Amino acid sequence: MFDNLKIMWHQGKQFIPDVTTAKVPGIFRGRPLISMANVDETVLTDLCPTKAISGNPVCIDLGKCTFCGECAVQFPDKIRFTSDYKLSTNERERLIIKEGDEASIMVNPENVRKEIHRLFGGSLKLRQVSAGGDGSCELELNATNNVQFDVSRFGIDFVASPRHADGIVITGPISENMAEPLEICYNAIPNPKIIILAGTDAISGGIFTGSPALNRSFLDNHPVDLYIPGNPVHPLTFVNGVLSLLRKG
Amino acid sequence: MNYISIYNNQTIALNDIPVLGYKDFRNINLELLSDQPERHCVSYFGYKDNDKIKLFCCIADDATHQIYVSSSMVDMNTIRPSFSAQNHNFEKFEREIHENFGIPYSDHPWLKPYRYSHNRYDENKTIENYPFYKGQCEELHEVGVGPIHAGIIEPGHFRFICNGEQIMHLEIQFGYQHRGIEQLFLQKKKLLERTTLAESIAGDTTVGHTTAFVNLWESLCGYVPDPSLDYARTLALELERIAVHTGDLAAICGDIAYQLGNAVLGRLRTPMINFFQEWGGSRLAKGLIRAGKINYPFNQEHADRLNEILKAYEPDFGEITEKLFRLPSALSRMEKTGVVSYNEVLEIGTVGMAARMSGLKRDIRTSHPYNLYGKTIVHQPVLKHHGDVYSRAQIRKEEIKQSIGYLKKLIANVPEFNKPEDVSLTPASGKFVLSLIEGWRGEICHCAITDDSGNLVAYKIKDPSHHNWMALAQAVRNNDISDFPICNKSFNFSYSGHDL
Repeated sequence: MFDNLKIMWHQGKQFIPDVTTAKVPGIFRGRPLISMANVDETVLTDLCPTKAISGNPVCIDLGKCTFCGECAVQFPDKIRFTSDYKLSTNERERLIIKEGDEASIMVNPENVRKEIHRLFGGSLKLRQVSAGGDGSCELELNATNNVQFDVSRFGIDFVASPRHADGIVITGPISENMAEPLEICYNAIPNPKIIILAGTDAISGGIFTGSPALNRSFLDNHPVDLYIPGNPVHPLTFVNGVLSLLRKG
Repeated sequence: MNYISIYNNQTIALNDIPVLGYKDFRNINLELLSDQPERHCVSYFGYKDNDKIKLFCCIADDATHQIYVSSSMVDMNTIRPSFSAQNHNFEKFEREIHENFGIPYSDHPWLKPYRYSHNRYDENKTIENYPFYKGQCEELHEVGVGPIHAGIIEPGHFRFICNGEQIMHLEIQFGYQHRGIEQLFLQKKKLLERTTLAESIAGDTTVGHTTAFVNLWESLCGYVPDPSLDYARTLALELERIAVHTGDLAAICGDIAYQLGNAVLGRLRTPMINFFQEWGGSRLAKGLIRAGKINYPFNQEHADRLNEILKAYEPDFGEITEKLFRLPSALSRMEKTGVVSYNEVLEIGTVGMAARMSGLKRDIRTSHPYNLYGKTIVHQPVLKHHGDVYSRAQIRKEEIKQSIGYLKKLIANVPEFNKPEDVSLTPASGKFVLSLIEGWRGEICHCAITDDSGNLVAYKIKDPSHHNWMALAQAVRNNDISDFPICNKSFNFSYSGHDL
């Protein structure tokens, strides 16, 4: 008993008081800034392992970016990753950062379904499905509920049964072998429900784009409510993304 | 000679590997393993060579630090005797070969689908129709779990046959995570694409798999890495080990409802992975390990910072683990739960922690050293003997302490790093190379073969989970089904590393 109290005392306060303003330690590769500097665009676009960079004007698609940082290492005057971890949005095209863009990435409240705030604003239960994910996004989603990020304090929880869930969080590029279980799980969630894509692999297929072992047809048939980029998704990116989706429009 | 002896990360000419008739090939490799616990098969795979299949068998010898490689050219139609009928170490390997190429075996004891890869030989076999073992008995019932599990983890299907609460048998079905990684290694030609693929094999072992890849690639390209690169990789490997072991101890606490242990150990993992971010910009070390260079050199400031983190970590970790391993309610859940004996792990051919928990000394850091192992770091494996959850938890605790010692030793002498600049790396033609790494979970093996133009014709990845999942199936036998989660978590094998 006293041992346990002593251990608790030694831990001190671990939780992050304000997850919307917390600073991430060290170098974090978040929202990139692309300068107007002149570079050989062919070399730059050719460098990217997932073809996330396009030329004329130079753009980075955060839905495809693996955040490996190679472009920033090779073209430091052109590309710089900031520590801004607020990367989530409900509109796919907002993930494409153009040269000169300095604006934050945000959820467009105009296009958020009205019932989302009304029904899920105070409590959102999510069912997570890993569909070919390598386990990294899964680790980070687990971390959202550790004592530091503590996402439960906002009424956001991961639940075991899709019947208890208000939405689905998909990680991984959606393998052929997981396509059907994913569909079954989604169908088991009562309406209305939301779909969140967490991580580059889920949003675009990432490095697996074009692999014959994938089947991404689920995304052709169902609307996505939130895109959360990252490789893997940082817990703060996830928390802030979901909170901004739930906010009153 | 019937086989060629090579060392870890040694590139040899493909033509130097003896090509044997299947009968000799089988006899020799079975002979190599017979009554030799210090030897095991690290990789056995094939690739299509015109209309035939060329098979490669690689047996590692922990005593001589060598790997014995032999090969055989077989056609796809002749029915052949299996290795597995004589030695269960080969069971998974032959299932994979059978699935990929359709090679029929006359006496394989368990010739079931392996991972339902997209390019499998028989497309009529589908993941919905896996042939589970059935208990033909009215008293027994089946429990199916997955592919989607209760928590936030990867998918796989567990099928239990139970007598009441007691598990009689567990069969695990894989393939849900299959993304076609090995095939993509051949298709994607750029180094950065391949490195990114290696980083995505198993997200909890980013450093392990990427280091296996870059060590292999540098050897294949005849490039000798600067000692600073070996330094960074060794450091990152030990850091990854501490981070995952800490997280897994937290998860074990969670499964036995010791909430304080779960919270404290869970939060102790954070400074370790946050240090990866401070160093390389990613909490799970993506972007850190690169062939021929490192984009984020490790400097004295990093060393001081890591030293600070370790100083804060050690007393808190010591306090909570001391409490955990003295707590009767925790011990009663861990001791004698999920036991796998020495003979069983030997028969299965487990590697890494899943071997050391039962007294089988398998640790690549000692047996086939790479990077700074065997030089700056002379490693002695942590061995336990009971093969239960308690042994596995103890190994994690002791390995964390051991790794902290290694980190301290490493950061006492930070080498000079070069500026991150791409070096020219061109794979040599007609070569074979094999790279072994001791990841936190155990032995990782990557093999590459190039053709006469230097193109990859085969890239074979083996995660330790390939061997080890069977140990979980054995561990849960005769345990209550309610103890399955703690058994599973105490191993924590990879689905994505298995399914590739």
